[in-house]
Amino acid sequence: MKTFILDINNTEFTIEAQENSMLLWILREQAGLTGTKYSCGIGQCGSCTVHLDGKPIRSCLLPVSSINKGQKITTIEGLSEQKLHPVQQAWIDAQVPQCGFCQSGQIMQAASLLDENPRPTRAEIRTYMNGNLCRCGTYMRIMEAIEIAAEKMPQSS
Amino acid sequence: MKTTPAPINRRQFLKSTGGVALFIGVSGIIPTILSCENLGKSNGLLPAHKLTAWVQLMEDGKMIVYNPAAEMGQGSMTSLAAIFAEEMDADWSKVQVEFSPQESATYGSAGWSGNTKIMLSAGSRVTKGYFPIMKRAGAQARYIMLHTASKKWQVPIDQLTADNGYVSSVNDNKRISFGDLVPDLAIPEDLPDFAEGPFKAPSEYQLIGQVLDRKEIPEKVDGSAIFTMDIKLPGEVHAILERGNLHGAQPVLENENEIKAMDGVLLVKTLNYAIAVVASTLEQALKAKKGLKIRWSNSPAAGFNSQKAYATYEKILLDPGNKGREITKIGETSSALRQARKVYTADFKNDYVYHAQMEPLNSIVKVAEDGNSAEVWVGSQQGFDSKLGVPAALGLEPEKVTIYLQYLGGGFGRRSMTDFVTECALLAKELPGKPIKLMWTREDDVRYGAYRPLTLQRLKAGVDRNGSISSLEHYIVGDGGNLVASGIKNDHYYIPNQYALWKEVTEGIRLKHWRAVGHGPNKFAIECLIDDIARDQQKDPVVMRRDLMQKSPRAIETLNKAAAMADWSSERKPERGKGVAFLERSGTLSTGICEISVNRKTGKITIHNFWSAHDAGLIIQPDNVKAQIEGGILMGISSVLTEQITILDGKIQQSNYNDYQILRMEDAPENVETALIDSVESPQGVGESGTPLVACAIANAFLDLTGKKLRHLPFTQERVLEALNT
Repeated sequence: MKTFILDINNTEFTIEAQENSMLLWILREQAGLTGTKYSCGIGQCGSCTVHLDGKPIRSCLLPVSSINKGQKITTIEGLSEQKLHPVQQAWIDAQVPQCGFCQSGQIMQAASLLDENPRPTRAEIRTYMNGNLCRCGTYMRIMEAIEIAAEKMPQSS
Repeated sequence: MKTTPAPINRRQFLKSTGGVALFIGVSGIIPTILSCENLGKSNGLLPAHKLTAWVQLMEDGKMIVYNPAAEMGQGSMTSLAAIFAEEMDADWSKVQVEFSPQESATYGSAGWSGNTKIMLSAGSRVTKGYFPIMKRAGAQARYIMLHTASKKWQVPIDQLTADNGYVSSVNDNKRISFGDLVPDLAIPEDLPDFAEGPFKAPSEYQLIGQVLDRKEIPEKVDGSAIFTMDIKLPGEVHAILERGNLHGAQPVLENENEIKAMDGVLLVKTLNYAIAVVASTLEQALKAKKGLKIRWSNSPAAGFNSQKAYATYEKILLDPGNKGREITKIGETSSALRQARKVYTADFKNDYVYHAQMEPLNSIVKVAEDGNSAEVWVGSQQGFDSKLGVPAALGLEPEKVTIYLQYLGGGFGRRSMTDFVTECALLAKELPGKPIKLMWTREDDVRYGAYRPLTLQRLKAGVDRNGSISSLEHYIVGDGGNLVASGIKNDHYYIPNQYALWKEVTEGIRLKHWRAVGHGPNKFAIECLIDDIARDQQKDPVVMRRDLMQKSPRAIETLNKAAAMADWSSERKPERGKGVAFLERSGTLSTGICEISVNRKTGKITIHNFWSAHDAGLIIQPDNVKAQIEGGILMGISSVLTEQITILDGKIQQSNYNDYQILRMEDAPENVETALIDSVESPQGVGESGTPLVACAIANAFLDLTGKKLRHLPFTQERVLEALNT
């Protein structure tokens, strides 16, 4: 066991873990942040997507020892400081979730997409979101919600 | 940071936070009002009387409506409460929804036969089954509110009316909210039964038929929705099993001592199909699983090769010694086929498919220290009415087992099985007092899945002098009983002579209902054959179906609507094909039309449009019904284009989403459009209506575009190329 200090959602966590412990299990089992889900464990489905310094990563494949000091981890619980992130609001507006299990990952991926590309085309949305599986088949509404969020988000550049 | 949510405790589901629960015996028992602060009294009453608490009222006007069904994304958390609130005239903005206790005698809907009651969220039966129950309970609750105001104001009840959470008096300006009536709530001595109403007329509906936001969506977008996997109980320990990839094989653990010595391992147990490890932490349990050295016995499935099965099945099909089991017999097909002007024969195949719900199976069971009771936390489609088989597994009376139902991260039929609950109960029995949190890894979930069965189907149809289909024979060879039979009937097509026969095989592979069950494969076969015939007879496939639907105007309406949406009669765009399919599932009539193109070099099919029209009776929540249809169609596209479990020497060849490919966003259609036919008939099931439309609609569009036939599900690129090259 080793001690790791992690910055998760702007809170410092002191974690005892094996070096090869995956961030997913740290988040869920130790930090109590269960919005991030386990579904495949091999980076195929995207249910465990969180942000590392603002970029989407699959937490099921990220060993805790590879996270550098000062790197910021953001989970669905920390995506927005106060009210909902525009992507989350758009998810409600378009009534996206069905079972809901994959949606934290979808939302984290979508938030990154709009961060990088504030006005994505449908084709760009499809490519960027292709690694996030949804078995209930909510893809049509996810695309719609991303477009709603893009409309509403402040355009910085 | 959000703290870990406290465990959900429904042992005393009447909250001590105040308010009253209105117990309404929908089977005619006098209602009772209980203060939620008097838990002792209510707990005594609950088992003593078959009373049903559907609602809890608070003085601030908030109310909790209890949902007796599973919530797996199909919207029961909203639709059932909406039916209740509609009939009660409640203020929807004040309605919260929670799961009811899992007690089928009180919260069940009509079972399969006689006076039985079941709590089962399967077969698209929830809205259909609970519509009359919720309506009646809501009407009774409304009457109690009116009666209370009548007493309070000394105004005759027939001069009172309710609207949006208020009671008002017709003749003066008196108006009072339901919440303000709570301290005075009074049960009438002669509460009308409301078995036959009176209920609101559909024209008076204010909630039913409106677009209501789903109640549980906000918690599904901020990460706070709790699935079983997310519950953390004090003292919990973690169970992981290794189940191998040969169904029916028994394990021998060769390094038990080594595993027992691993960090955190508390228990190693050999089950007759798996090795179970219980450890203090999940990571320890997962690590121990990796270290297991297991020797597996042979099994009845050994030697089975799924892709070679079709040749064997054909022999079975032709074997006159194997009489099979008759499913349908209408008229006389053999003489009709002899007299037919032309006979069409075609074979259809479908490989095994897996549920692939995003949340791997999991459950938590805690057996009390004294072993005399148990608690279960699980996302289940319920069943074994309604204690999920746990009492039998533990040798306990059903009332000693409490089920706390949780959200399901997908069901699709898989969670109507209880294997992932009862095995956890057996482990919990070994460690009484400790909550055992069992999780299947994705690999367990795939390999030890329970699939939609592989079948071979042979269809024969005879066409008479007028070009009408006068007879249809449908033969199936496959495993799984009813799993292969659903959808074989053609109640909305007028075909005077019909015959269906099933020949059973047993391969030792685990099987289960998979969204729409046999409708997927059977409608694929029937609807494709119709298009073959139409093409050969130079008839338009929509016209051909309209003729077949001559005795079913409701069916025709869906066909006409879908054809209009798809602009069916207009000329096809270059390199595009359109295909139509019709079916009935769970009482809903559906016509779907899809538009595709095909890459003739790679064999890749692209779905451009999927239009569909449905008559599902009265629609409770139109947007949610559309979401169900859209999702069903996407799941159908997924299964039809890529999904395939293959079995070699009895061993399941797939293990995760890398080798069991489900639909990704890049392959989702450009457009999915759904229309619902206006109706005030009883609501029907919609959860499974979209999925089985897809195989036949795609194959028929492929025929339209290329003149070639796709006969084997899934339509992998190799199979598409093969069809193109015939």
